[in-house]
Amino acid sequence: MAQTVFAPWNDPEEKPLIQFRNVTKRFGDFTAIDRLTQDIYAREFFALLGPSGCGKTTLMRMLAGFERPTEGQILLGGQDLSQIPANQRSVNMMFQSYALFPHLTVWDNIAFGLKRAKKPKAEIEARVKEMLRLTRLEQFASRKPHQISGGQRQRVALARSLARAPKLLLLDEPLGALDKKLREETQFELMDIQEKTGTTFIIVTHDQEEAMTVASRVAVMDHGRIVQVDTPDRIYEAPNSVYVADFIGDVNLFHGVAKSRAERAPAPAARPLPEPETPEAEDALREMQEEAARKPQPTALGMALHDKVLAPIVGKWLDQQPKALPMPDPAPATGVTEAAAPAPVRTPDAPQASASTPTAATQPPAIPPGGLEIHWHAGQPPLVASNGPEALAGRNVVLSLRPEKISISKERPTAANVLQGKVIDIAYLGNISTYYVKLADGTMVKAQAANTRRISRRGITWEDTVWLSFTATAGVVLEDDT
Amino acid sequence: MKRFSWFNATALSFGFAFLYIPMIVLVVYSFNESRLVTVWAGFSTKWYAELFRDQAFLDAAWVTLRVAFFSSTIATVLGTMAAHAIVRAGRFPGRTLFSGMIYAPLVMPEVITGLSLLLLFIGLGIDRGVLTVVLAHTTFAMCYVSVVVSSRLATFDTALEEAARDLGATPFQAFRLVTLPIIAPAVISGWLLAFTLSLDDLVIASFTTGPGATTLPIKIFSAVRLGVSPQINALSTLLIVAVSVGVITASLVTKRNAVRRAREERAADQLA
Repeated sequence: MAQTVFAPWNDPEEKPLIQFRNVTKRFGDFTAIDRLTQDIYAREFFALLGPSGCGKTTLMRMLAGFERPTEGQILLGGQDLSQIPANQRSVNMMFQSYALFPHLTVWDNIAFGLKRAKKPKAEIEARVKEMLRLTRLEQFASRKPHQISGGQRQRVALARSLARAPKLLLLDEPLGALDKKLREETQFELMDIQEKTGTTFIIVTHDQEEAMTVASRVAVMDHGRIVQVDTPDRIYEAPNSVYVADFIGDVNLFHGVAKSRAERAPAPAARPLPEPETPEAEDALREMQEEAARKPQPTALGMALHDKVLAPIVGKWLDQQPKALPMPDPAPATGVTEAAAPAPVRTPDAPQASASTPTAATQPPAIPPGGLEIHWHAGQPPLVASNGPEALAGRNVVLSLRPEKISISKERPTAANVLQGKVIDIAYLGNISTYYVKLADGTMVKAQAANTRRISRRGITWEDTVWLSFTATAGVVLEDDT
Repeated sequence: MKRFSWFNATALSFGFAFLYIPMIVLVVYSFNESRLVTVWAGFSTKWYAELFRDQAFLDAAWVTLRVAFFSSTIATVLGTMAAHAIVRAGRFPGRTLFSGMIYAPLVMPEVITGLSLLLLFIGLGIDRGVLTVVLAHTTFAMCYVSVVVSSRLATFDTALEEAARDLGATPFQAFRLVTLPIIAPAVISGWLLAFTLSLDDLVIASFTTGPGATTLPIKIFSAVRLGVSPQINALSTLLIVAVSVGVITASLVTKRNAVRRAREERAADQLA
């Protein structure tokens, strides 16, 4: 547990290996890279992720020296790269097509770069042997590229690009040509080799699973800009825009108008509540009211102090519910003053669906204070998002909600957010099932549940009326920029 | 598709007859006993023996081979360089004009090429001889080579050259160590094409030749004007045999390589 987390980007002392400074690249009228500034640190496994044409390959080709920035600078270890030709950079690239030299054997392919560096013969031999061992290719050394399989070719390409021990290795869709199973194995192999060699890797991919698996940080690109750079879990759990939320993984987007939750008012009566429009919403609202009334609340000053001054430095502690992975239970321990609610009892017959059983209804779910509620559809209760930034109050917002954060059950659960709908479709994926649920107003919502039981025991089927529920912190509130 | 039909058979026979009857006649009469080309008088190989005793023909053959060898070699170097420049240089101002200018001699009447070269050599005061024929043949063979090589380069994966440069090769090393070995078959067939073109060129050679540089086609042409001799038939037969052997060998080698490669690829995939 004492292992320190690898996060040089958080260390102000750490010097970046690569610095993009206001880099722009235009091809004629087309702007491939648009004033991009980004630091990448030594030993990072940095993934550039984006749809085709977003500029990720151009960025990589500029690092390799095949393209020159129209404006701006790229620094490698503090040195401006613009005047260094491709063959003199301490940067090597693994090409998407592998670009193995078809007329040379595996051995000669790997030795190619070493021979160009005019290394002594014995050293070349030792290094090639080492690379062959690293990539488990010893027995294929004398084969030509067309005499080995796709996976072996991929490893030759990797060995060849690593042979010169570059400071930086660029991987352009390195696993694109492999089938799924082999790709997954190779991902771990890549990570392993990256760790062993200590080389900085930059990988270009359009496969988000691949980026999430291998990378220490992921940069999501769109139209020549980096939209968000973050660790894979933050990219997934805390996207900074609708674009990122929608690009990474599956997501439900609820468009609506945000209203501040006035939970800081001394009495519930002072809180302007919308008229409950459905009986379901009535329940949820009543619970919210009771909840808010029971809790001692920080004063406005205290809250502001926490939000504006302390929280950015030491993190939020007034809202301690883990933002990253919310509990499936509707009643996690929250708030500074509230005692931890006992975990609801799971009955064996309430499987992957919401854990709340009817008995749990006696304990009103703890909805964390603060945040926003989102009025998204007339006839549907507003959605509560206690983690929503209050700065967005009054704006058009999108609540982005991952399907696996939505529980689906036949009985009405007690939760911060409850919606009723009908199962239209079930996508059975083996380990999980995705339920396509149509709400009363026609909105389709995807909910996922792990198939922990054999299929015959599962209760929910087509045309069933079900309840969807999620906690007040399950989603991410984003500004509606569409 | 594969069904036999009288129509197809007839069309095919006519086509082949059109192509090969003149050659068959030529070959058959090269073994004629008689001096008269059109009268069959029995089998003999004496014209072949005579051919090899005729010093003028041997000289012309030697000149032709030298001219063909040097001009096709120079044309291959220049044509490959031009093709590489056109295909790889990307967009530069005047690219279309430049590539058009390289291919222009393909459609230029030979008489004009020959005449313009003649005028140039006279203007520069170069004595006409083997050198001028070599230069002239290089000029017109170069565009054929660059057509062949650039069509190969167009399908060549640029990433290979980039990989070579990425691994520390200079642009010239990348070309010499990676591009050239891979496009070698195209370069060789370009060379063969240039060689053949030079071998049988009459028009340009006769414009640019001088004393002591009589090529075989010029020699044949002037000999025929004095009357067709069976020697010429024998010579032509030898040329046909040489060309056929070359073409058949080349295609057999190519085919065998392709088959072996396909087999190895299958084996590699099964092994995976």
